Amino acid sequence: MSAVRVLVGTRKGAFFLTSDGKRKQWDVSGPHFAGWEIYHVKGSPVDPNRLYASQSSGWFGQLIQRSDDGGKTWEPVGNEFVYDGVPGTHQWYDGTLRPWEFKRVWHLEPSLTDPDAVYAGVEDAALFRSGDGGKTWQELRGLREHGSGPSWQPGAGGTCLHTIIQDPSNPQRIFIAISAAGAFRSDDAGNTWRPINHGLKSEQIPDPNAEVGHCVHRVAMHPSRPNVLFMQKHWDVMRSDDAGESWQEVSGNLPTDFGFPIEVHAHEPETIYVVPIKSDSEHFPPEGKLRVYRSRTGGNEWEALTKGLPQRDCYVNVLRDAMAVDSLDSCGVYFGTTGGQVYASNDAGDNWEPIVRDLPAVLSVEVQTLA
Amino acid sequence: MIRIVLPAHLRMLARVNGEVTLDITDRATQRSVLDALEGRYPVLRGTIRDHVTQQRRPYVRFFACARDLSHDQPDAPMPDAVARGAEPYLIVGAMAGG
Repeated sequence: MSAVRVLVGTRKGAFFLTSDGKRKQWDVSGPHFAGWEIYHVKGSPVDPNRLYASQSSGWFGQLIQRSDDGGKTWEPVGNEFVYDGVPGTHQWYDGTLRPWEFKRVWHLEPSLTDPDAVYAGVEDAALFRSGDGGKTWQELRGLREHGSGPSWQPGAGGTCLHTIIQDPSNPQRIFIAISAAGAFRSDDAGNTWRPINHGLKSEQIPDPNAEVGHCVHRVAMHPSRPNVLFMQKHWDVMRSDDAGESWQEVSGNLPTDFGFPIEVHAHEPETIYVVPIKSDSEHFPPEGKLRVYRSRTGGNEWEALTKGLPQRDCYVNVLRDAMAVDSLDSCGVYFGTTGGQVYASNDAGDNWEPIVRDLPAVLSVEVQTLA
Repeated sequence: MIRIVLPAHLRMLARVNGEVTLDITDRATQRSVLDALEGRYPVLRGTIRDHVTQQRRPYVRFFACARDLSHDQPDAPMPDAVARGAEPYLIVGAMAGG
């Protein structure tokens, strides 16, 4: 009998929601790490009982927690994230230079092949890797030092590395994205990097060919087609068919092309999901209607999915890491809001229901499909 | 013997209840006390002081004997009452936001 476990990170702890494959009845456990910000929790694709969690607070800094029993018990592992070598400086909001300074781990991406290997995307933007289950962390400094690093400037959320995608067909290839810097690719397992932002247009950047400075909110890929990437940028939904060498806008008929998360259907690589948000200053859905938009054509043609979602007086946001899909036959889609609701659809987005509704603000949602 | 009172989140992290007591063989300073504390509870490394700079984290404060020791030099001797175990050394999460 299949089952699903939804891993929810919030401003004040982690919550785990479990259901059988019908996805009708949900058990909620938590808060785990009560009172701490849980930016992200993710399970190893190799060993679903191996979970990693990013736990942080403004008072006591960063911790990484690891579970080997599917979240029943946790052990703090290594929390020493030290930039390799002399970290140098990057731009601050006012154009002055600031030393690179570690603030928190935004995203944890377990290896596709080794449960002890895991990547961490951090603020100030850098990529770390652990090969010993999170006990020790080493920076992949080639990203920060590839050349454009000193020109990276924080967005409103900080200079965070929030997206890490491993190419399942090519273990040498990794994609990452950094808020207000852009997307980057390595073809040698993270040693060297280059920007992949050709085709992105950002109004505030005067140079139309700017290599970096684009505020990428999220990038998604279907594992069966690793050269096809979908991006929710600050404004604009984008698509690349050549592993990021070039991008085309596919916002099409969306009511607004601002938003944070983007996801791909587990079995239909041309079916993608976004949650349009009114604007960068109004972080809530247009008209107070919470709508997921689905495209079955890889972009450009979008349909609003509203059944079961609030269609009046709704002013929540859905953050960049707060949407995920399961891989059951009828693909489940999940997202969490800053209002503390987690919505789920067990029919690819046609119908939705809140599976928990009064959590702290949701920072991240991940889903494990369990045998 | 040095008595240390940790904030609730760090007690939970270190899995301790109530005060922590440490025997310090060297002269008791904030640095030697925190070194000993982190030696016994490695999970606390990085939560009170930065891993690299060893600077106090901004929203962590140190108090003892009704005094704020947060800005004292780390190698300055602890108040005698703390060094004797008559008074606890308080590690406090500052009241700020959230």
